[in-house]
Amino acid sequence: MDFRVIRALIIKYAFIVSRNTFRLMDLFFWPVMDLLLWGLVTVYMMKVSNAAPAMVTYLVAAIILWNVLYRAQQLVSVSFLDDVWSRNLLNIFGAPIRTTEYVGAACLMGLMQGLIVLLLLSGLAMSLHSLNLFSMGYLLAFFFANLLLMGWSLGLMVTGCILKWGPPAEALAWAVPGLVQPIAAVFYPVSVLPGWLQPVALSFPAAHVFEGMRAALSGQAIAPHHIWCALILNILYLFAFGYFFQLSLEDARKRGFLVKYGS
Amino acid sequence: MNNIVEVRALRKEFGKTVAIEDLDFDVKEGEILGFLGANGAGKTTTIFMLLGLITPTRGSISIMGREMKESRVDILKRMNFASAYQQLPYNLRVGENLLVFAEIYRVSNSKQKIDDLLEMFELAHLRKQLSGSLSSGEQTRLTLCKALLNDPDILLLDEPTASLDPDQADKVRKIIAARQREKGMTVINTSHNMIDVSELCHRIVFMQKGRVVANGSAQEILTQSGTATLEEAFISIARSNKTPAGVA
Repeated sequence: MDFRVIRALIIKYAFIVSRNTFRLMDLFFWPVMDLLLWGLVTVYMMKVSNAAPAMVTYLVAAIILWNVLYRAQQLVSVSFLDDVWSRNLLNIFGAPIRTTEYVGAACLMGLMQGLIVLLLLSGLAMSLHSLNLFSMGYLLAFFFANLLLMGWSLGLMVTGCILKWGPPAEALAWAVPGLVQPIAAVFYPVSVLPGWLQPVALSFPAAHVFEGMRAALSGQAIAPHHIWCALILNILYLFAFGYFFQLSLEDARKRGFLVKYGS
Repeated sequence: MNNIVEVRALRKEFGKTVAIEDLDFDVKEGEILGFLGANGAGKTTTIFMLLGLITPTRGSISIMGREMKESRVDILKRMNFASAYQQLPYNLRVGENLLVFAEIYRVSNSKQKIDDLLEMFELAHLRKQLSGSLSSGEQTRLTLCKALLNDPDILLLDEPTASLDPDQADKVRKIIAARQREKGMTVINTSHNMIDVSELCHRIVFMQKGRVVANGSAQEILTQSGTATLEEAFISIARSNKTPAGVA
C-alpha cells in the first residue's frame, strides 16, 4: 500500500465535500437533526409516560453511535459514487491505484467522518441531555471501533452491489442502514424482537454493540460474549464483504461494466 | 527498437458479441501508433484493455516486458491516458485536480510539473477555476495535462482533439510530437481526425469488427488502398470490409 495514493484520494474527497453544501449537511446537519428530533421525542415520551429516566440516555446514546455506523457506511459507498457522478471513474481505475489503497482511503475517510459525528453529537448530548458518553471510558472506543467496522463492511457490500447492478442499486447507499436498523436492536433490546428474529439480530455485530452499550450505561457488566461476538462477526463481515467487493470489481472489468458505467 | 507493447491472440466477448477477435499487434518503443476504425471496430475496447479497465476473455497483453494481468499497477505507474470523453472531477479546481493526480502517479516535484504543463496547454490563468466551469476544449486540455503529469513511457489517447478548435488541435499535436521526440514517449492514438493521424502517427493500425485489417505507414496504407487521402482510405477500407493486399 502506498500512503501517498491514499492521501491523494482523501484530499480529493475533502475538496469535493468542502464545496458541496449537501455533502456538508450529511456530515454535520443531518446527524444533529437526528439527535434533536429523537432527543425531543424521548423527552416528550418521558413526560407522558412512566418510562424510566434511563430511556433518554439509551436512546440518545444509540442515536449517536448509530450515526457512526451510518456515516461510515455512507462515506465508503458515496465516495465511489462521487467518481461515477463526476465521470472520473476511469481516471481512477485506469490509474496505478491498488484496490487496497482505494478501499483503505474510503475507510480512513469513514473513520474521520465517524469521529467528527461522535465528537459533535457527544458535545450536543452533553449540553442538551447531560449525557456524558465518555463516561463509558474504553468501552466507548470499543463500541465506536466495532460500529465503524460494520459501517465499512456494509459500505463495501453496497459498493459491490452498485458495481454488479449499476444505477438501480445506487439507492442502497442510503437505504441499507434503514434495513438493518430495526433488526440490529439499536433502540431496544434484542429480547423485544420476536423469537424467530432474535438469532437474525444477533448475527449483526451492531446488535451486540448496542446490547453492550445499554448494559454499560446502566452500570452493569457487559456479558463477555457480546464483546467477542461483535469482534468476530465484524472480522467475518469485513472479509466477506471485502471479498464480495473485489469479486464485483473483477466482474465489472470482465463485463466491461466499469467502462460503461464510468463513461 | 524494442517492442514496448505486445498484444497476442487477444479476444474479448461481451455475452454473445465478439468485440475483439484474435488481435495481434506490437508497438515499438518511441513509436506513435494511430488506431483507426469505424465506430464499434474495437479501438476503444482495445485501449481500455491496455489500461486494465476491461479484462480480456483470452490472449495476452505484455507491456514493457510485463504481463498486464499480473503487474497492472506497476505498468500503470509508467503509463497514462487522456480521452475527450473523460473529465476530471468538476468540483475541484484545475490546480487541485492536477495535484491529486500528481500524487496518485507519484510525481516528484509536482508543483513545478503542474506549472509547466498548465503553461504549455495555455491553462495557467485558469488554475484556480473549478474544472466544471471550463469549456469542453479547456477540459480536454486539462485531461491532457493530467496525462503528461508522470512523463509516461506510454501515452494512450482516445480522440484527443475531438473537442478542440483547429488552432488548439494543432498546438496539441505539436506538443505531443515534441514530447515524443524529447522523451522518447510511445503514443497510441485513436482518432477519427485524419489530420491527427497523418501529422502525428508513424504507423497506422486499422481495425474492423475487432480485427486488424491494415497495418502500415500512412503512405503504405494509401498505396495499397489506391486512394489519395487517409480519409478516402478510411472510407474505402470501412466499406469494403476487405484487407488492402500486402498491408495487413
